[in-house]
Amino acid sequence: MKPKHQRLALLGLGALGLAGAAALVLTAFEDNLVFFQTPTELATKSVAPNQRLRIGGLVQEGSLVKQGSDVRFVVTDLSHSIPVTYRGLLPDLFREGQGVVAEGRFQDGTFAASEVLAKHDENYMPPEVVEALKKSGEWQRTTGK
Amino acid sequence: MIAEFGHFALTLALAVAVVQSTLPLIGAARGDAGLMALAPAGAMAQFGLVALAFGALMHAYIVSDFSLAAVAQNSHTAKPMLYKIAGTWGNHEGSMLLWALILALYGAAVAAFGGNLRDTLKARVIAVQGAIGFGILAFILFTSNPFARLESAPFDGQSLNPLLQDPGLAFHPPLLYLGYVGLSTTFSFAVAALIEGKVDAAWARWVRPWTLAAWGFLTAGITLGSWWAYYELGWGGWWFWDPVENASFMPWLAATALLHSAIVAEKRDALKAWTVFLAIVAFALSLLGTFLVRSGVLTSVHAFASDPTRGVYILLFLVVTVGAAFVLFAWRGPTLAGTGRFDPVSREGALLINNFGLTVAAASILLGTLYPLFLDVLGAGKVSVGAPYFQRVFIPMMVPMLLIMAVAPMLSWRSANAGRAVASLKWAGVIAFAVGFGVWLSIDRASALASFGMALAAWVFAATVYELATRSRTWRGLLRQPRVSWGMTLAHAGIAIAVAGMTASSAWKVEDIRVMKPGETTEISGYQITFTNVVDLRGPNYTAMRGTFEVRSGGAAVTTLQPEKRIYDVGRMPTTEAAIRPTVLGDLYAVIGDPDGQGGYVVRLYFNPLVAWMWTGALIMVLGAGLSLSDRRARATRPLDASAQAAA
Repeated sequence: MKPKHQRLALLGLGALGLAGAAALVLTAFEDNLVFFQTPTELATKSVAPNQRLRIGGLVQEGSLVKQGSDVRFVVTDLSHSIPVTYRGLLPDLFREGQGVVAEGRFQDGTFAASEVLAKHDENYMPPEVVEALKKSGEWQRTTGK
Repeated sequence: MIAEFGHFALTLALAVAVVQSTLPLIGAARGDAGLMALAPAGAMAQFGLVALAFGALMHAYIVSDFSLAAVAQNSHTAKPMLYKIAGTWGNHEGSMLLWALILALYGAAVAAFGGNLRDTLKARVIAVQGAIGFGILAFILFTSNPFARLESAPFDGQSLNPLLQDPGLAFHPPLLYLGYVGLSTTFSFAVAALIEGKVDAAWARWVRPWTLAAWGFLTAGITLGSWWAYYELGWGGWWFWDPVENASFMPWLAATALLHSAIVAEKRDALKAWTVFLAIVAFALSLLGTFLVRSGVLTSVHAFASDPTRGVYILLFLVVTVGAAFVLFAWRGPTLAGTGRFDPVSREGALLINNFGLTVAAASILLGTLYPLFLDVLGAGKVSVGAPYFQRVFIPMMVPMLLIMAVAPMLSWRSANAGRAVASLKWAGVIAFAVGFGVWLSIDRASALASFGMALAAWVFAATVYELATRSRTWRGLLRQPRVSWGMTLAHAGIAIAVAGMTASSAWKVEDIRVMKPGETTEISGYQITFTNVVDLRGPNYTAMRGTFEVRSGGAAVTTLQPEKRIYDVGRMPTTEAAIRPTVLGDLYAVIGDPDGQGGYVVRLYFNPLVAWMWTGALIMVLGAGLSLSDRRARATRPLDASAQAAA
């Protein structure tokens, strides 16, 4: 092959590879983009059933009920709240009154979490939770800032 | 007093960096040997000064000098000595100082081992290294001073996050930084070459060992981090596609690509502009990683002590450094056209595909990692891109890569006969099919995908061994193989072993979460596990609840697993200590959770098949990098002799 043809062949292959990669990325994006909603947002708009999403807020004081490895608790942004169920071991730093992010879907009005996000640092507040508290206007009350 | 001394040393280092980053450049432009000679001296001085500052900070941690804000916030008198020392870099300020120290170390290493470099190139490389040092030192001194004093010293500190009080994580940051920051050297080489407007075989040969060193450390650092996550977080998983993990994985992919393209630049005088470009991109991704980790802009489970305001400085630094390099590249890049011509089917062609695949994979991970940030900045809502995205994108991209990786070393330079190369690997193909079918038939839960993954691992491994065998022909030939080529063989074999481990541990992991009372027995993967008792005990700086599980297999006692749940005295923070029994075939993994109030405990049991293969494979890759580095041939400036040329 002449150098010019070789270059064309390489470019063609490259374009083909890129197109394949782009298709892969786009289809994977469509299915795996998980939106974050605050309890207040969820109270005002409806969510398609079985839509996978993330919710965040504080674990309401006194709401944690454990039955074996089944756990129920309530996530609140202090103006609205959502009941959550979860099966499994909770992260070490999961506590009432602390910030939490849960991923899952709604089933009959309760949020069935498949994942409760663990933080490695107890002073750390997930940015989403800060956002949720700011949106509900409760941020200043919880932090005193 | 020692802290002030450290602070002073750091300030001096900043002044040295100003000299180191300017005068040698002027010297190189004017051909002034005196000014150029300032470069190695400056690099040595900078390393000495930053090392003094780092030593002063470490001293403050060892003697628990709580008049320093950083020490008071992150240390405690009751902490074991290892973690007092490791605490030096277990927080924002200290970890940035470690960054600066390693940067200065690489600068000094270029000064020390770069004796055979062209004078102008050496002066310029060290000057660029000095400029990066200036940016980082200014960042530390003006926004993150580790030597800041408190007005009144507290009686005791707030201690280090207990999850970090672990030998694995004590050494994870230094290793990772040796990798991450090591890529600054290849960046400096790239920028220096652009200033000179000259990229030749000698340049490519100088760059390779630095890339290799950085790549080896990065591999080791990522592996150690993943291993830590596996045994310390108690989820039984080893990779979560978390932003912080991706931040270290992207530079690794870029460094791997660079390692391969530098070979083509050296041996065939082709892909030169691309190699320079990759060197810039690899360091850009390192800086981006530093930004993502230190700023905490993305929700990550691994975000420690992050601070968004200081993140802005790192972002600015990233934009200026990398922006300047790209402008230089746009200006000088077109002059770097290579002379080497090659057919699409050739060793060069295969290495090009390698680079293409790794770059596209890194780009798609970058997209998935940064996408939530873009949407957030645009005010389009908070989203997260979950692990399934990365799996669905990354794994299919790696399949053709692994298929070709087995064949590539069999191809000749310039122009190759692909059909003959594949045909010569027929036995590797037979082995791969046998493994794939064997897995498919013998394991009940064998999915087509997992069987294919195991076959792919077998294919790469068998082909790598076959390639070594044809290259050495006899046993004596095997011993005479140069260490550089052993490096390639080991790295490829390591990948194959790691792929087998990743596939098996993802596909056939057995998880059992249940409530058990002492005395009860359960079964997992052929092991009978009896929960004997729970005792409370006292550690050096924590109290723990320890469960004991007797493990039996077919009536014979196998082992005793003792997972713990610890509560650290300071901060009352709980952590989970998993108990693991590693074997070649798989790890038995037990975690004990909270009591349920009725005499039972939540217990998590896992069987993770072949998970040890992953760490072993990664270690073999690191060993390969070490062997390659130890070969003088990899570092020599004279042209390689013919036999090594053919081998490598």
